[in-house]
Amino acid sequence: MAATTLEAQRRRAELKRVWGRVSLYVLAITAALLAAFPFLWSTITMFKQDQDLYNRDNNPFWFTLPPTLEHIRYLFENTAFLTFVRNTMVVGLAVVAITLLISLPAAYSLARLAGRWGERMGIAIFLVYLIPPTLLFLPMSRVVASLGLLESLWSLILVYPTITIPISVWLLMGFFKGIPRDIEEQAMVDGYTRAGAVMRTVLPLVFPGIVAVIVFSFTLSAHEFIYALSFISSTANKTISVGVPTALVRGDVFFWQSLQAAAVFVALPIAIVFNLFLDRFIAGFTMGAVKG
Amino acid sequence: MSVVEVRGLTKEFGDMVAVDHVDLASREGEFLVLLGPSGCGKTTLLRMIAGLEEPTSGEIYIGGEKMNGLPPRIRKVAMVFQSYALYPHMTVARNIAFPLRAEGVDKAEQDKRVRWAAELLGIDRYLDRRPRQLSGGERQRVALARALVREPNVFLLDEPLSNLDAKLRAAARDDLLEFQRRVGITTIYVTHDQVEAMGMGDRIAVMRDGKIRQFGTPEEIYSDPADTFVATFIGSPPMNLLEGEHRVVGFRPENFKPIGEFTERDVPSTFRFHVNRSEYLGSDRFLYGVVEGYDENTKVIARVPVGSTIAEGATYEFGVAAADLCYFDPRTGKRLRGDA
Amino acid sequence: MSDEALAAGVASRRPRRSLLDSERLLAVGGLTPAVVYIVALVGFPFVLAVLMAFSDVTVGDPSLDFVGLETLRQVLEDPVFWRALRNTLFFTVVSNALVVILATALALILTKDFKFKWLIRLLVLLPWTTPVSLATISWLWTLDTIFSPIDWVLRQLGLLEGNMIWLGQPRLALASVIIVHTWRIVPLAAVIVMAGMLAIPTEIRDASDIDGAGFWRRTFEIEIPLMAPIIGVAVLFGVILSVTDMTVVHVLTRGGPTNYTQVLASWAFYKGIEGGDLAQGAGTALFLLPVLVAVAALILRFARRTEVL
Ligand SMILES: Nc1ncnc2c1ncn2[C@@H]1O[C@H](COP(=O)(O)OP(=O)(O)OP(=O)(O)O)[C@@H](O)[C@H]1O
Ligand SMILES: [Mg+2]
Repeated sequence: MAATTLEAQRRRAELKRVWGRVSLYVLAITAALLAAFPFLWSTITMFKQDQDLYNRDNNPFWFTLPPTLEHIRYLFENTAFLTFVRNTMVVGLAVVAITLLISLPAAYSLARLAGRWGERMGIAIFLVYLIPPTLLFLPMSRVVASLGLLESLWSLILVYPTITIPISVWLLMGFFKGIPRDIEEQAMVDGYTRAGAVMRTVLPLVFPGIVAVIVFSFTLSAHEFIYALSFISSTANKTISVGVPTALVRGDVFFWQSLQAAAVFVALPIAIVFNLFLDRFIAGFTMGAVKG
Repeated sequence: MSVVEVRGLTKEFGDMVAVDHVDLASREGEFLVLLGPSGCGKTTLLRMIAGLEEPTSGEIYIGGEKMNGLPPRIRKVAMVFQSYALYPHMTVARNIAFPLRAEGVDKAEQDKRVRWAAELLGIDRYLDRRPRQLSGGERQRVALARALVREPNVFLLDEPLSNLDAKLRAAARDDLLEFQRRVGITTIYVTHDQVEAMGMGDRIAVMRDGKIRQFGTPEEIYSDPADTFVATFIGSPPMNLLEGEHRVVGFRPENFKPIGEFTERDVPSTFRFHVNRSEYLGSDRFLYGVVEGYDENTKVIARVPVGSTIAEGATYEFGVAAADLCYFDPRTGKRLRGDA
Repeated sequence: MSDEALAAGVASRRPRRSLLDSERLLAVGGLTPAVVYIVALVGFPFVLAVLMAFSDVTVGDPSLDFVGLETLRQVLEDPVFWRALRNTLFFTVVSNALVVILATALALILTKDFKFKWLIRLLVLLPWTTPVSLATISWLWTLDTIFSPIDWVLRQLGLLEGNMIWLGQPRLALASVIIVHTWRIVPLAAVIVMAGMLAIPTEIRDASDIDGAGFWRRTFEIEIPLMAPIIGVAVLFGVILSVTDMTVVHVLTRGGPTNYTQVLASWAFYKGIEGGDLAQGAGTALFLLPVLVAVAALILRFARRTEVL
């Protein structure tokens, strides 16, 4: 009798396991479809002919007329899309460099040296993150104008680190705290100065944090909209996030297929890079949040 | 009815065989120790018995019933983890009551059983505290109480003492044994510490590379090792092994004595022992040296009374009683029997 | 500055005490560039923002003439400001309530092992990795008045004649903005919650298995309480993103129909840049600050109190 109830329970456990797997897959696929839905549709849209697209009764998820590359060609040949991409890269890389240069020493100082002041300063720097561009863009335009940087990529390179530094300091601080002091003290005992010890022992260990900061800073500066919109109006200096909408929306005329193509061509590479570094990025957050 | 038995139990992680065809059966109410070096598969074996890990092949029986494919809940096993794994956001009382809540026991009964378990382990004063407000020893008792409260059929303990400092560990060892005798629940205890294993186990299963090398009482394992691994893993200092032409000869340091200490009646095997160094340990003296006629890199240790007048640098005639000699196959390391 | 110091330290490698061993000097040297940068490019503009809000500066008359509370009075008198303030709070609360639930669920899913996980992860991350303006444009097309594929599906199912006109009707437009915000923030929040999930020791999870907890009990009594602080962090990020964002509204509805979906950030932009009234723009934006400070204080306190690990 006991055996039969056990047998029933075994079957129930097995059923539960299968159920769990099935619902896991169903949920995962649903989540992915919901998240990617506009892009999936964009991907189809960008290959559609006008007569196909602008017919309310055609299936929007498939091709009624044969697909065309016309609008993608338009994006690359008749708009400054590649210029926008280049500008975004330039700004992004410069911002990443400035961010690392400034936030690495700051985070290390806060984590190690400044003692109980470290914590307060850390919170203060994090709170700076709460002062958003939408609050600052008006006076910032003035500052940028008086520096003579309006209409120049330098304006963005100068201003974006105000967004990326606070968050990077916070992330890196967690990483530095996660590394035992003994490691650098050992190197100091071995005859290095503290600075030398840090370069040799600590920096390699916070490499995942540095990766997280690079990915995060680049993404933030590629995404930024309001500063870019306020500072720059010449096509030659626009970044993707402002350039694409302005180049492909003329008054009430939207170049839908080309717009969707631009969105997909930008989103996919960033997503792939982000996905590659996701685990490191997650590690960054664990350190920052649990220890910071 | 709570004998644990596993048959042909195997667990593979990819190419790596963590547990390799293990057969093992406990007795009712026994304190069974799984002993082996780090990475030999002890934890994996325990987790399969608990139901946290499904075996690649083989069967698990608890109380005569096959347990494969059943979740831990139904196996009625309790487990104490190396880190104790107390729920940090719950009070001690809620920690202990957690298995009961999962079982749907009503509130009054929960309180009664929590109190019973807490009193049994002497932690009833801490019921309102959080785990991090407790010392290591107290945490261990909370973990035991949480394991006990469901009145499990089997206790599984994975190195529960390894997080305690040496002094606390000795006390906790006594407490744990006394507690186990009192509740009489079959217990499987994992450790890599052979002293702990010898002191606590009714029987010991010595593991290496996922296999059980020997299973027996501490006495059997100590004086009658099944192979050279067990012979050297158990005992401190370990068994001396001398490699001969056809076989390896093994003997324990305390059985390796000056020839004069043997009476006429026993006929010891004799060795010429060159003493390099003598070490005074208070109760005993250890002699380190080599035996003439054997590889001079093979260190041999003798344990002699403190009073013996043996000088460093000299060579003596030492012997081992025939009954205390073990022979091993030089290739496989397996014990050779019946030709003493 | 300090990086030169770091480099010099490596090059010289003197065994005796040097300036570089001085803790205080290193601390000051390490922090100074960050502090200078932030004071110059956040502190100063921030003060300027406050000054502007108490002046009558416009694009046409860029001198900062102090007018006391006059500008703020004008800001507060405009009913659109109050609509924008209400919308900001409403969007933030509703989208972040959704974000907490969806991000936690997503984190629970993505920390499991399954086949093609990288693909699922990639797709799930898309909303976060796309620049907001482009992502919102994809939605603009998805919610198009005539060609929305959602409408098409509804029509095929016989649930709809004609079109929903998502962005042209006040309520639907509000809902659309909330959906886009939620959609965009969930992936980042999920990534943060995943970090919390992975920080829970496996032995804790095993212990709950042994103790007989099923999926629901383990999730709600063990995992979620243990992740509470980091879920707080995720919400903090979500709130900052949704309170301060003007892009979604700007691209999707331009605040319309007739200012119905205006938020503080977009209203400040329309007043300040498009309307040219810098003082009123700055004054409007200033009201973001109390909202942000209150939310941050709440969440930091919450995170600290529930700190368990
Ligand atoms: N989930 C897993 N995936 C892959 N390999 C594993 C996994 N769990 C354990 N192993 C491997 O299986 C072997 C046995 O591990 P196990 O944890 O059982 O050892 P152990 O005897 O408990 O060691 P220790 O005394 O260090 O705890 C180890 O080599 C380990 O690396
Ligand atoms: Mg182990």
